[in-house]
Amino acid sequence: MSITRDEVAHLARLSRLALGEDELDHFAAQLDAIVSAVARVQEVAADDIPPTTHALPITNVFRPDQVQPSLTNAEALSGAPAAEDERFRVPRILEED
Amino acid sequence: MTTLVPFATALEKYAPVLGIETHIELGTASKMFCGCSTAFGGAPNTHVCPVCLGLPGALPVVNANAIEYAIRIGLALNCSIAEWCRFARKNYFYPDMPKDFQISQYDEPICFDGYLDVEVEGETYRIEIERAHLEEDTGKSTHVGGATGRIHGADHSLVDYNRAGIPLIEIVTKPIEATGEKAPLVAKAYATELRELVRALGASDVRMEEGSMRCDVNVSLMLKDASEWGTRTETKNVNSLRSVERSVRYEIERQAGVLDEGGKIVQETRHFQEGPGTTLSGRSKEEAQDYRYFPEPDLVPVAPSREWVEEIRATLPELPAARRVRIMKAWSLSDEEFRDVVNAGALDLIEETIAAGASPAAARKWWMNELSRTATAQDVELAALPITAEQVARIQALVDAGDLNDKLARKVFEGVLAGEGGPDEVVAARGLKVVSDDGALIAIVDQVLAENEDAAQKVRDGKVAAAGALVGAVMKASRGQADAGRARQIILERLGQG
Amino acid sequence: MIFKTAAELATLIAEKEVSAVEVATAHLDRIEAVEGKVNAFLHVGRETALAQAAAVDAKIAAGEELGPLAGVPIAHKDVFTTRDMPTTCASKILEGWRPPYDATVTTRLREAGLVILGKTNMDEFAMGSSTENSAFGVTHNPWDLTRIPGGSSGGSSAAVAAFEAPLATGTDTGGSIRQPAAVTGLVGMKPTYGGSSRYGLVAFASSLDTPGPFARNVLDAALLHEAFSGHDPRDSTSIDAPVPGVVEAARQADVAGMRIGVVKEFTSGDGYQAGVLARFNETVELLESLGAKVVEISCAAFSYALPSYYLIAPSEASSNLARFDAMRYGLRVGDDGNHSAEEVMALTRAAGFGAEVKRRIILGTYALSSGYYDAYYGKAQQVRTLIARDFDAAFEQVDVLISPTTPTTAFPIGERADDPMAMYLADLCTIPSNMAGNAAISVPCGLADEDGLPVGFQIMAPTLADDRCYRVGAAVEKALEDRWGGPLLGKAPAL
Ligand SMILES: [Mg+2]
Ligand SMILES: [Zn+2]
Repeated sequence: MSITRDEVAHLARLSRLALGEDELDHFAAQLDAIVSAVARVQEVAADDIPPTTHALPITNVFRPDQVQPSLTNAEALSGAPAAEDERFRVPRILEED
Repeated sequence: MTTLVPFATALEKYAPVLGIETHIELGTASKMFCGCSTAFGGAPNTHVCPVCLGLPGALPVVNANAIEYAIRIGLALNCSIAEWCRFARKNYFYPDMPKDFQISQYDEPICFDGYLDVEVEGETYRIEIERAHLEEDTGKSTHVGGATGRIHGADHSLVDYNRAGIPLIEIVTKPIEATGEKAPLVAKAYATELRELVRALGASDVRMEEGSMRCDVNVSLMLKDASEWGTRTETKNVNSLRSVERSVRYEIERQAGVLDEGGKIVQETRHFQEGPGTTLSGRSKEEAQDYRYFPEPDLVPVAPSREWVEEIRATLPELPAARRVRIMKAWSLSDEEFRDVVNAGALDLIEETIAAGASPAAARKWWMNELSRTATAQDVELAALPITAEQVARIQALVDAGDLNDKLARKVFEGVLAGEGGPDEVVAARGLKVVSDDGALIAIVDQVLAENEDAAQKVRDGKVAAAGALVGAVMKASRGQADAGRARQIILERLGQG
Repeated sequence: MIFKTAAELATLIAEKEVSAVEVATAHLDRIEAVEGKVNAFLHVGRETALAQAAAVDAKIAAGEELGPLAGVPIAHKDVFTTRDMPTTCASKILEGWRPPYDATVTTRLREAGLVILGKTNMDEFAMGSSTENSAFGVTHNPWDLTRIPGGSSGGSSAAVAAFEAPLATGTDTGGSIRQPAAVTGLVGMKPTYGGSSRYGLVAFASSLDTPGPFARNVLDAALLHEAFSGHDPRDSTSIDAPVPGVVEAARQADVAGMRIGVVKEFTSGDGYQAGVLARFNETVELLESLGAKVVEISCAAFSYALPSYYLIAPSEASSNLARFDAMRYGLRVGDDGNHSAEEVMALTRAAGFGAEVKRRIILGTYALSSGYYDAYYGKAQQVRTLIARDFDAAFEQVDVLISPTTPTTAFPIGERADDPMAMYLADLCTIPSNMAGNAAISVPCGLADEDGLPVGFQIMAPTLADDRCYRVGAAVEKALEDRWGGPLLGKAPAL
């Protein structure tokens, strides 16, 4: 198993990380080593083994449909890098949802 | 630019295949994973908390009622209900999505394998349901600057997260085939039927105009004798029933145009344009989407017990299809008349009015004429008028008893709607009783005959039709309170024609 | 005063021998005196701490019944949200962020009358084993200032080992409490997953993250464990069951007749330091001499715990850390009118995250990508099942499993900084319990001969049998302190 520099660049775009050329080179080498190492999980014969996604076998945890107090508008916006008209101001969005 | 192929021509050559994904906001009081209110129209960013704002450290907890609503909808759509299923994260970045992933369901939907029968022009189409799953809604962006307020050309955007985290059920059909030129109507009928169904279940108020039901419509074309489907496009956020029909029609015409020119359909997302009724290609993304779904580790699996599912099944109300059959028969309505009642939002109101004692014909008459007109004039929903079904029934009872005639009844409606009180109060306060005391009526008739000697003479001469004008004059003189039938009788008697 | 245990301080305060304000002041002064060397704190809240201490004193004066740790100071890992202090996770992307809400652990500390001195340094977003990945400077091991204090909760371990606080909170995702405790000579406990609430704990890997206590002795750790644990309806993965009797177990300190299993896979191999194995083996013998029945147990799947962890944790992290997108809070870079939201997100994340965080985001994104999911994430989740089965089989035969906590003592600052694979080995022995969710503790078992640095002894117990960790840990502690003539930290050099 190995991971190429192009793949790292693709993954960086997918995860919204504007990496520089140097960083890409550096990470590509490191990630290649890491991926080779973790690929060892594939040695394990686990064909009929169910996956564990949760450490504990709990099911059906629900809360009643009751309205609880929300934050105030000021609290909600307290950490905002920019706000306008009681809303979060964000740079122009290029892609449609 | 592709030339559209006229619809009928397109259908001579191609067979459309449809697929519809419908997102419906569930009518819970609180959000899917937190206790914030789901109420529409609050001041921006006031129905938000650490959970639905996606603040670091906050964790989701499932709203029990959302699960119950999803099961209700699933059962009504003849779906199987999962014995065990999980939420999954759908990962993609978008400013109005607080966590930059959406909690949804992936390969383990809570409801699957169902169907919904819809009728188009007397024919029944069975729409197979692939799945119905739960997920959370996003916030809402307003685009500022630029000419149109639209996303393109905007200078920046403002985000309100009040809607973020409202529970959605996403209902996905299997491919809908062999509908031919009925395709647009079938699509619309499905959306309509689904809306009525969910509304009847009490699981959502399903107001398309507020965006609480949104359809994504997939359309592909194949040559009529082909065995393989063509490439599909997905038209997003189609927000009215009429638009569902129009978007299918347009895509058929457009795709036929592309194919006829020897072009290829690109698998893409398109956006419906309400004004011209066209669809526009979304900005093509540089990277193919890879949502990297994985089971949501912050939530535990949902395993609805069979007992719970059966309990919910036992409390399902009469579903729209069954109700339609029952009501059309009981009220003697045609298809079209029934549809008019539904579209006017009058079905429940008329039923309640009948339950309060009115005849079906009378109940329908008042709600569909007098009251619908008022609602339209005031631009409010019929149900929002300040009059109850019981009050309508009471007014009709007064008419049936001969205490009111239709004209007076309309005045009573006017008074009730103006907030002057209940029907009896309005009758009393406005003095609107039919004048049925013959003494008073005879006095008025005599006066009218004296004032209209020409007409009176004609009646005496045998031209009974001339009595109509005299009755009108009596009604006018009595300010509408006379019983017109009785007045006519008296006039004819006095003029020797009785 | 700063050398007293938490239990002693609580008694003195309750009996009005000293005031909570005096205790807080003594620790704040100590912080002022040694922080220049240790750098354990990212934020010290002198005012808020003194106000909380004064409130405790007022309640005591009014005769109110308070909890067993009322008035005791504590250092709080900067991964828990706090209304009255910044919460940064040692990341530039969250620098200066003031959360509008308290984590459940924070709330419970306040309710128990604990006095929060400040927020401790850590590896950025808890990713690391040395605290070198902090955006705000490294923390130094009080035993040897040129060495790492462990990580990710290295600020907490250093603060307690340097007597800046008698107690601290931490979080353990792959060993982030036990490993720093081991390399600083402390007791550090990872409770059963779901035993302590994650609400308000800024997530690294949701299915593994577990809040837990640091203390200088087993009883103090148990008291703190009890103070902040227990069911939380805001955390869906929280266990709705009573907290195991950990304080009672810590007082019991008796292993006679207990069955103890040595994990065969963790007692030899390339990475293990001789001094670590020597102290571990001595402690095993000690347990036998105390009446425990010790056997060796093989847990074959544990060998795959590390690679499996480095798929699962980064996968979850890549998703958990997506929200740091410059839109709602935290750093924003490039918002100059020329860049789109998409570009601002990418610029901010590139500037705001450190190298290790970026590495793991990319690794996790890779492991979850279509086409790779089954081979990586899916396979790792299957390994997780096998690890849990190994634990289940082992706990049929023994009451607890034991191993060294870490293969080596504290390594020099900088030694593994740009060698991720070497760094990852520090968590070799601790990861299995995160994968299976069971309880595990590290207690000090002496100093390695070659470097004179502390060695940790790990005790693993079944899910919800956290009390066994404390029972065995307290027995080891008692016997060893008898041998040493006092706590191991007494041997640490003065700062
Ligand atoms: Mg969806
Ligand atoms: Zn909320």
